[in-house]
Formats: sequence, C-alpha cells, structure tokens
Amino acid sequence: MLSPESLARIDKEVAKYPPEHKQSAVMSALRIAQMELGWLSRGAIEYVANYLDMPAIAAYEVATFYNMYDLAPVGRHKVTLCTNLPCQLQGADKIAEHLQARLGIGFGETTADGRYTLKEGECMGACGHGPLCLHNNHKMHTQLTTESVDKLLDEMK
Amino acid sequence: MLLIEIDGKEIEVAQGETVMDAAQRAGIYIPHFCYHKKLSIAANCRMCLVEVEKAPKPLPACATPVTDGMKVSTRSAKAITAQKGVMEFLLINHPLDCPICDQGGECLLQDLAVGYGESASRYQEPKRVVKDKDLGPLIATDMTRCIHCSRCVRFGQEIAGLMELGMPGRGEHTEVMPFLETQVSHELSGNVIDLCPVGALTSKPFRFSARPWELSRRRAVSPHDGLGANLALHVMHNRVLRATPVDNEAINECWLADRDRFSYQALAAEDRLTRPLVREGERWLEVDWQKALAQAAGALKVIRDTHGAEAIGFLASPQQTVEEHYLFAKLAQGLGCENLDHRLDQADCSALPGAPWLGMSIAELGELDRVLLIGSTLRKEQPLIAQRLRQAVKRGAQLNVVHAADDDLLCKVAHKLITRPSGLARALAEIARALAEAGRDLGAAAAAVAGVAVSDEARAIAASLLSGERKAVLLGAVARQHPHRSDMHRLAQAIAAASGATLGVLVDSADAVGAAAVGCLPGPRGLGAAAMVAQPRKAYVLLGIEPYLDAQDAAGMRHALQASELVIALSAFKGTAQHYAHVILPVAAFAETDGAFVNMEGRVQDFRAAVKPAGEARPAWKVLRVLGNLLGLDGFDYDTAEAVRRAALPEAEASVRARLDNSPAAGELRLPAAADGLERLGETPIYQGDMLARRAPALQATRDSENARLCWARGDLIERLGLAEGQPVRIVQEGGESVMKLGRDDRLADGVVRIAGSHPLSSKLGPRYGAARLEKM
Amino acid sequence: MSLNVANHKVCSWTQDYDQPASLATYTAHGGYEALRKILAEKTPAEDIIAQVKTSALRGRGGAGFPTGLKWSFMPRGYAGVKYVVCNSDEGEPGTFKDRDILLYNPHQLIEGMLIAGYTLGAAAGYNYIHGEIFELYESWQGALEEARRAGFLGKNILGSGWDFDLFAHHGYGAYICGEETALLESIEGKKGQPRFKPPFPASFGLYGKPTTINNTETLASIPWIMRFGGQAFLELGKPNNGGSKLFSVSGHVNKPGNYEVPLGTPFAELLEMAGGVRAGHSLKAVIPGGSSAPVLPAEVMMACTLDFDSIAKAGSMLGSGAVIVMDDSVCMVKALERLSYFYFEESCGQCTPCREGTGWLYRIVHRIEHGQGRPEDLDELLRIGRNIGGNTICALGEAAVGPVASFVKHFRQEFEYHIEHKKCLVGA
Repeated sequence: MLSPESLARIDKEVAKYPPEHKQSAVMSALRIAQMELGWLSRGAIEYVANYLDMPAIAAYEVATFYNMYDLAPVGRHKVTLCTNLPCQLQGADKIAEHLQARLGIGFGETTADGRYTLKEGECMGACGHGPLCLHNNHKMHTQLTTESVDKLLDEMK
Repeated sequence: MLLIEIDGKEIEVAQGETVMDAAQRAGIYIPHFCYHKKLSIAANCRMCLVEVEKAPKPLPACATPVTDGMKVSTRSAKAITAQKGVMEFLLINHPLDCPICDQGGECLLQDLAVGYGESASRYQEPKRVVKDKDLGPLIATDMTRCIHCSRCVRFGQEIAGLMELGMPGRGEHTEVMPFLETQVSHELSGNVIDLCPVGALTSKPFRFSARPWELSRRRAVSPHDGLGANLALHVMHNRVLRATPVDNEAINECWLADRDRFSYQALAAEDRLTRPLVREGERWLEVDWQKALAQAAGALKVIRDTHGAEAIGFLASPQQTVEEHYLFAKLAQGLGCENLDHRLDQADCSALPGAPWLGMSIAELGELDRVLLIGSTLRKEQPLIAQRLRQAVKRGAQLNVVHAADDDLLCKVAHKLITRPSGLARALAEIARALAEAGRDLGAAAAAVAGVAVSDEARAIAASLLSGERKAVLLGAVARQHPHRSDMHRLAQAIAAASGATLGVLVDSADAVGAAAVGCLPGPRGLGAAAMVAQPRKAYVLLGIEPYLDAQDAAGMRHALQASELVIALSAFKGTAQHYAHVILPVAAFAETDGAFVNMEGRVQDFRAAVKPAGEARPAWKVLRVLGNLLGLDGFDYDTAEAVRRAALPEAEASVRARLDNSPAAGELRLPAAADGLERLGETPIYQGDMLARRAPALQATRDSENARLCWARGDLIERLGLAEGQPVRIVQEGGESVMKLGRDDRLADGVVRIAGSHPLSSKLGPRYGAARLEKM
Repeated sequence: MSLNVANHKVCSWTQDYDQPASLATYTAHGGYEALRKILAEKTPAEDIIAQVKTSALRGRGGAGFPTGLKWSFMPRGYAGVKYVVCNSDEGEPGTFKDRDILLYNPHQLIEGMLIAGYTLGAAAGYNYIHGEIFELYESWQGALEEARRAGFLGKNILGSGWDFDLFAHHGYGAYICGEETALLESIEGKKGQPRFKPPFPASFGLYGKPTTINNTETLASIPWIMRFGGQAFLELGKPNNGGSKLFSVSGHVNKPGNYEVPLGTPFAELLEMAGGVRAGHSLKAVIPGGSSAPVLPAEVMMACTLDFDSIAKAGSMLGSGAVIVMDDSVCMVKALERLSYFYFEESCGQCTPCREGTGWLYRIVHRIEHGQGRPEDLDELLRIGRNIGGNTICALGEAAVGPVASFVKHFRQEFEYHIEHKKCLVGA
C-alpha cells in the first residue's frame, strides 16, 4: 500500500524509539501515509497499524484525535486558516471571508474541481505573524493579506 | 499500616491503597462510574471526587493514594458540590429514555442520579446524538447513552488482551466503537454488558424482553467448561431470559465467558423434547412416560438376557450432573455392564488411577511464575482460564506452549514448540531430554527419551521451567483427545516432576471430574468410549449426548449405532436422535434440574432448578431412578437430588478429593513416532462442545462459529495442493468424507489441517486426529 | 551581542547574527562551552541542580514551576532508563516564542537538553514539536544532525564516555498535548489524553520511566545559567523570578512579535517595544499569559510589571508570556466566543466536567453573541465554570473557565448589552 520510500521514512521514525515501543511512531507513520496517499482511508490506517504491530482501533484513535489527519479525501491543496483570537484580532476574519468568497466553498469543503480544500484551524503557534495559514499541513504562510492570499491560491495548481 | 480517617471513621490501610479501596473495605460508599476493581484506574468520570484535608481541590477517591493521617470527607459540602456538579455534566447529554432502556432499573447512572441529580435539567442547548454501532450478535448498542467511562475499552486491553473497542475522536465527539466496520469477536466480549454502567452496551438476545424488576434471579453453575462459573439466571414466567455472573473470586471472579452467558438461549430451542418418543417400525409415537420407560427397560433386559450385559454400551455426556453420572454408572453396573464412559471425544481411554484434575486451585493459576501449556486451544476451551494465565503473564509469569497451532493467546508467550499433533509427544520428549541434560532425574521416562535430539526452543522451555517458584505443567483438551494421550501424560508428568512443577489437567467439561470421581468409567473388563465405537455393541444407552457430534470418530460412531439393535437416548433435545434411537426419553436441560457439578479443582457446586423442565421432560436423575426400579435393581430409591449426591459423595468434597489423582495410566512410556502426510487437528470448537452451545442462536452467529465451519490450512499447503482459499474443498478421511470451505491460517503447524470436531459439517469424517486428505473439487 | 553575561537576551541573541540557527554561529559565540566544561570536569549533578535552583528559573511553558526543584524530583539511584522531554508543543493562543528558539537558536535548546540529560541521568531525550510548525520539526532535526556530526550527540560525547541521544517527535493538531502527561501519551503513540497525577512523570513518565519535561525556553536557558552562573541569571530578573523571558506580543499592536526582556520589566515598556496600540485606538484589555490566563482591563494591566508575582497579584497569570493586546474595537463577547470554541474544540474528552462543560460554556456564549442570550446566562456561565474548575484531570478545565470568568467579571456590561439588545455595544 505504501511505497518503499514511505516505508523507509517510517522505519527511520521507528528507529527513534525503543524497539518495544514501535507504536510511538504511529503519528509519523500516519503522517507519512497521508503524504503519499492524500488522505487516510480505513485500509491505510489498518496497514499502518499492522506495520507497527498495534491494534487497528488504536491507530484509528490516533488518526481521529489529531486534527491534521484527513479521514476523507481532500483537494490537492488544503488550506488551513487559523481563526483563533490573536489571528482574528489581526484580521483573520477578513481573510476567511475572502477565501470562502473566492473559492465558493465554506470551511470543511472542497472545490468541485478537487483543487482546494478549506479548513478552519486552531492556534498554530505563530500568532505574531498572523493572519496565517498552512498549505497541505506543512507549509506555513504568514501575514496574509487578501492580495497575498490571491497570489498564493494562483500558485497552487 | 497507616491510619486514615474517612467521614470520621478511623481505618487502617496499607501503603499503596487508594481512598476508594479503603472506603470500600470500611463499607463507605463513594459514588463512581469509571472505577472498577478489576480494571486499571482511569479517574475520568470524576464522580468519586471527595474532600481531602489540606488538598486545595476535591480529589478522585479512585486515584488518590492514602497517606498516613489523611482525613477524607465523602459527604462534606465541598465533596457533595463536586459530585453533584459531575452528575449534572453526565446528565446534560444523556438521553432521558430510561422508560425504553434495558438498563433501566439496574443502571448506575439512574441510581446515582436519584442521590446526586436535580429534578430538572438546566441544560437548554441541543443534546448530543451518537450513532449506534454494530458489535455483532451479542451486544446491543445505544451509544447516545454512553458516559465515556472507558470501562469497556479497558476491559479489552487489560482483561481480554485484545483491544477491539476504542474511543476514537476527541472531546465531546469521542465515541466508543470498534475499528470501522468490524465487530467484536472475543470469547469474553459479553462482559462489557455488565461493565457498562449505563444502557449503552446491553445484551442483544435479551433486548426488550423484560424489565429487571420483573425477573427473579436463581443461582446456577455454568454447564460448559471445567471452571464452573457462577451464574445468576434471570427468570420470568418459567423462562430463563438471561444469565449474568455471580462474583466468585475463587472461580470466575466477576466474569463470564460468552458461552456461559448466552447458552441459556438453547432452552427455548425448537427441537426441545417435551414428550417421550418410541419408534414403531419407521414411525415415531409420542407416548406417556410409563409406556416409554417400560419399553426401554424391557428392551434392555431382552438384550442383556440374549447377548449378555457386555453387549450394551453406556455413554454419558460429561456435562450432566454428578448425581446423574452416579446413577448412570449404577444403572450400568446394576445390569452387570462394565462398558461405561463419559469421554466420547477421547481416542485413548486407558484407565487412570484417579480422576484427573487441575492439580491446584483455579486461583493459584493466576499466581504461577512458570507454565508449560500442552495441547490446548486454551482461549476456546477455557476462556476464563486463559484470562487467569494472561494476568499471570502480565505479572511476569513465563508461559511456554507446546501445541499444533500457534494460536494467539493474547499475551506474551515465552517459548513455544509448534508441531503437528502426532509430533506433540516428541516435542515433550525434547523438553524432558533437555531437563535430563540439565541434570534432572526423569525417572521411568529417561530411557525412552535418551536418544531424542533437543532443539533450542525445547531447551529454552526447560530452562524456563527450571527457574521460578510456582510452576505448572498443564495438559489441555487436544492432549486429552489425542491417541497419544497416555504417552503425553507420562511425559508431562516426567517434566513436571523433574522441574518441580505441579502437573495439572485442564479438565474441559462441567462435571468430568465428578463423572470420574463417581465411577462413570469402564469397569476392569469394560470398554471405554472409543472401544464401544470400534467394537459396536448391540445396544446403547445415551445420556445427554449427540453421538455424531460428540464422538472422537464420528463416522465410526454412525456405523456403530446403525449396526446396533437398540438405542435408548435420554436427551433434552431431539437433534438427530430419530436417526439412531429407538426410545427417546426427554430429560430436563441445564437450569431445569437440581444437582451439582464438580469443577476442575475438585470443588462441588450444587444448584437448584431455576425453571421447570420443558413439557413433560423430567430431570435425568429421576428418569434413571425409575429405570433402575423398572429393571429391578437395588438402591434406586432416591427422593431428591441431594439424596443421590449423598450416596454418590458420602463425604461430600472429601469424597472427590480422595479420588483426585493426576498420575498417568499404568504402563511404560513409548515414544510414538510422528505421522507423515496431512493430519487433522480436530478440536471441539468453542460453541460446539455441548447441546446447549450448539443451540444458542447468538453464539452460532459469532465469528468463532463461522470459523468452525471452515477447513483451515496454511498458505504454503494451500498452494502446494493447488487449492484456493475461500473455495470448497473435499476432505477425505478413513471412514468418511466431507466438503468444507477452505480457510487460510498460517499459524498452524506444518502438515496440519484444522477441521473442527463436534461439528455437523465434520460429522461424517473419521478420527479427530487422524490422517486426512484434501482434494480439489 | 553574543551569549554574554551582560546581554539580557538569553534565548534570542542569535537573531542579531546572519545565519542565526547555524552551529557555526552558535559555537562562535560560546555555544556548547557549558556542555564541554561539564563533561570535562564531570560536574556533579547536584552542583548543576544547585545552580538552576539559584537562578530561580521558573518553567516558561505556563505553570512557572521552579525548574531546579522539578529536576530534584528525579530519582537519583534509579537503575533503569530515564528520559528528558522538551515540550515544544506551543499551541496556546498568543504564544509563539518557542517557535523562534527552534527557528533561530536550535543549538541552545540542544545544549540545554544535553545538560539536562547529563544532570538527570537520562538515556535519551525527545523534543515534542507542535504539528503545525512542521517546517521547524524538520529544521530542528537538521540541527540535531549537525550536532551529531560535531560529536555533541550519540556515543561517547566529546570523548567523555557519556552516551546520549535526542530525537524530535511531532504533534499533529492537538492543543492538549502541551499538557506534559498528554504529551507523553502522544509520544507513546496514543491519543494525547492527560494522565491523572500522582504518579508524576518524575516517577512514572515516558514508557513508565522517570521523566523530566521542561518547556523549550526553560531548557534553552540552561546553557546560559551554566555558563554564567545561577546568580547572574537571577540578577537579570528579580527575586523568585530569575532571568529574562521571551514575551510574545500579538493582537492590536503595531509590531507584533517576540521581545525578550528581564522579568520585572513594566508592561508599558513592552507595549512600547511592540509599537503601541494602533493609531486612533486605545488599549482596552490584555490577556497577559496566553489565552488561558484571565483577561485584565487596560488600567490594571498598565500598572503591572512582567513577572509571575505581579501579574498573579493583579488576578491573572504570566503563563507562557503571551500577551494578547486588545484595543477599543474589540467586542469582548465575540472574543470570548472564539476562545470558548477553542477550549471546546480542544478538550480531549476524557473527563466528564471538561468534555461536557466546555461545550456547554461555548454554546451559551455563542447564543449570546448571536442575539439569543438570556438574562440568566451570565450567572449560569459562572456556575458551570465553578463546576468545571478544580474537578478535572488536567488544567484544561480551568484554562477554559479562566477566560469565561474574567471576561464576564471585567466586561459584564458588554455581555448584558448583548443579551438585552441582541447586538454589540462596541460600535453601537
């Protein structure tokens, strides 16, 4: 189900922990699986659980507890906008409105062409640089303005 | 010892105890939901918050260790405020559906809400609704009622050893569920019904059938494995509607296996026998008892008078009561017949010096440091014994296994030898030899194992057994059923003696110890069960058995019965009795008779009938008594089951203890050679061991029952034979053949096909551990 | 200015240089010297703990627990494996200081973790990094590689015969993992649900082994303390509040960002450093220590100095030093609605009062904000808050209540206006 490259990445994570605690690598392994597959299907979660010798339900618990895992397909570009108080004070509301109007979707939705998914996020620990968003979980864009958001969206093919 | 004070009461406590432990011992009730004496502490419900002097905040009694001089108030204003606050939170999202909830009347939340809740809710916001989950045929769900105490999840992780339920999600979106579309399949799964403090997890077969206060509870003893789990049968209008555990730390603790819990369903089976039946030519007539008994007695006399008493065979189920075993034996002996046995599934019925037993108390199993488990599909034979050993392993015990399948015992196995059934004796010989090499005396077994090459695993098992304090060598049902039983027994005894371990037999039937203790066994010149099949008799008297299922060699049994002139069947269920019987006497089933079972540790547990027998069925002990009278035999004048028991076991339990003995059969150890070719592993599946389990629809709908319908082989074997997983395959054994679907199980030993015994699909096959061939369809 | 006794910038000094994160920059200015010295001299652990105690370093993650004391809880004679864990799961709204340490000064954190590992007898250390700053998870792992190549990690560190290794573990979107025992559960590959205490991590921590967990900034302060002494660190700040601290200033200021100032600095000075409130507006309220800290009205805050004691006296908490500044354009009902939603969303769901109570609080505030408030709602909010506070497994319950109680206390008339007029007082 996962490529040799992904498995090698997971093995590297597993090596960080004592051998009897492979389960410690489940967050990384799910993240790596999601990076390759786009989202975490039931099969992907079960695969990861088996790979790490842990009950599937325990891996599913993890996948549903941490909100950066996607348990349903998302667009090619997932934009997660922080709307928490500091970002809100710094203009996140306006960015949220702009994003939704521009893409014609609400938070938690995906554009019909499968290009964008919009999500509302909680504090990302970079409040001084807000408003800010994450692109596909890993790339942070800060000090957003309506103009910079437009540019960003255009670059996401 | 430390001294603490709870609600002004001084209590002596031990270091490490919690406030909850101390309070419970002192008889002070602290409300709680998540706390459970057998589970790890979660401290998540917060209902047990109490005030502790000098602590700034209320503390959970379940998770707060005692300290010397601690002063606790469980009823102070601060404690009550906290408890009421928690109760309010628990109720805001709990549905007010008590009137339609099966838990109503026995609900912890309902009970505590009376003491700690307000009469009306202040919660004005929308309430949570949670989708129900399909957990399979045993457990019904109403997940909106869940209060997230996590008892069910912890049960799986800690007691069952298998995490089937989890709590995915976060915050108020957290839901108890299995992994997506799977169901729970563990043999102890039903315990979550008792553990659930609310009506989120309830019994599916019992659903909506009665309110708890309409039911009367009658004590009973589970009629399946050798544990003798203590039950409460819940009865309404003379019907058993459910079974729940009765706490007994020495036996089942607070648990039940699903088999104990749900087999009562069979009492309402369609094929219950309610009137005596006699065959007239090809027709069956319903007759009254007098006529049926007269006919049975008369026909038996004719056979005895014509062919001699040795032409008759007496076969009883090991799940009958000890009184019935006693009377059944007495009847045979009264007729001068020594062909008598209760070990139908056993290939080697050589006489033993005494009644095999556990060799220790059940509770001691949990205290063992070292265990060698031989020939046991333990989880399915004895679900709660498996649980005891699991706890021992958690404590640090080393569990070593010699078996024909590397089944997952859901706990750590230290070392194992997995080999075909006919190789099990040789595997034991390796261990014995390793002990000899370590300088231990093998006694009489030394010579037979002298030339055996010892594998590393065998040496590791020997080393394991040579360490530790409390150790046991335990023989399971496969070792008992197998043709090499006597030699395995001798080897096990040698290993136990050489390593300082106790030899125990995991007796797998409710009254097998009782049956052996009261002599429901062949006499000195008599035939055992296997021989009664191999050398067909003219007549058979069957007590509580389904011969085509129970026999070691189903095909042989068919042949023997068909060749006979007379079969008298005492049975609660019709089954296939009309194929082979001539007189069918309907007897009371489990729960319908007074009696006692002697469990694997030699404990006599008596019980009363919980309900009246179905129709005109009568307790078997009464039927046997009348048969004795009609046959003109002495000593059949008992008025009560107690009176029979007094005769059977004059010194009560001491009479049993005097008979307990785990010595093997007389004779010398001869190391049997392992067979070549494919070999059948024909254990009794968990829900096929007796008439009740076979007739409980809920149990028959489980994954375990599904698995029993398949013929299992390893992937490499399937490939080698050019067969395909999931496809029907023809199984050929000497004496019979059958078609089953092929399943793949890579945990089997090389050369093994696992085909359940005691199963309708295999009831035309030959010996449970005989050679078998798989053919493409 | 370098890593220098005269420089009050304990953790942020590398930002004065090009390539602030590089090993070269760090070592060129005294980086890893403290470790070298300790390993060369085999400094006894108790001496190191004594220095940390003298420094009056208090946990920078929010609770402010004295670090030296925490370290002294680790069992000394314990024969098995022990762990050091760094908490970089920075997700408390308003807080973004650890991010800058990881970004600009990763080696000082590594050195701090090494010294902690040495002192506490740990076999390995893990740094748990907030999932949303994934780029820093990767860059910090890069710094680890750099350090490993230079001989600071792994077997026989700097020829001392001491083995120790460090690893990064990332979160993936759960605020609760900032709670130290939830964080341990998360490293173990489970849901991040806090454990009840006792037992504390010092006796039953990661994988059940004795474990010390410190915040990023706390650990990054250790090399400074060991180089210049606990007394020097203490003197940077004030008694019982040793050292400098990074303050994350966000909200309605002209220059949001991190400012490292000595503890005891007047709030007014920090506000000025951050460029003051926006032109045409006046300061209305400040949340001084991250979103969990009770809000303080402008006039109360302006009278505070930035240290644990002064802010506690004013009725709030220094917390993580996250200063959220709100000017007169802020609707306090809307602000509270967002914060209440946060705690509702982030409650782990394990214990009853928090699981059920945070949703109840949020739903009431949400109603008020949307013109469906009832007169009894405000007292009900406070009552529910009292039933959550103190009754939960971890501090998230209280964290959720803090904003509610303080917003209602200090800005009650705004809430009442909302309820009565079904609209906002601000701008009305």
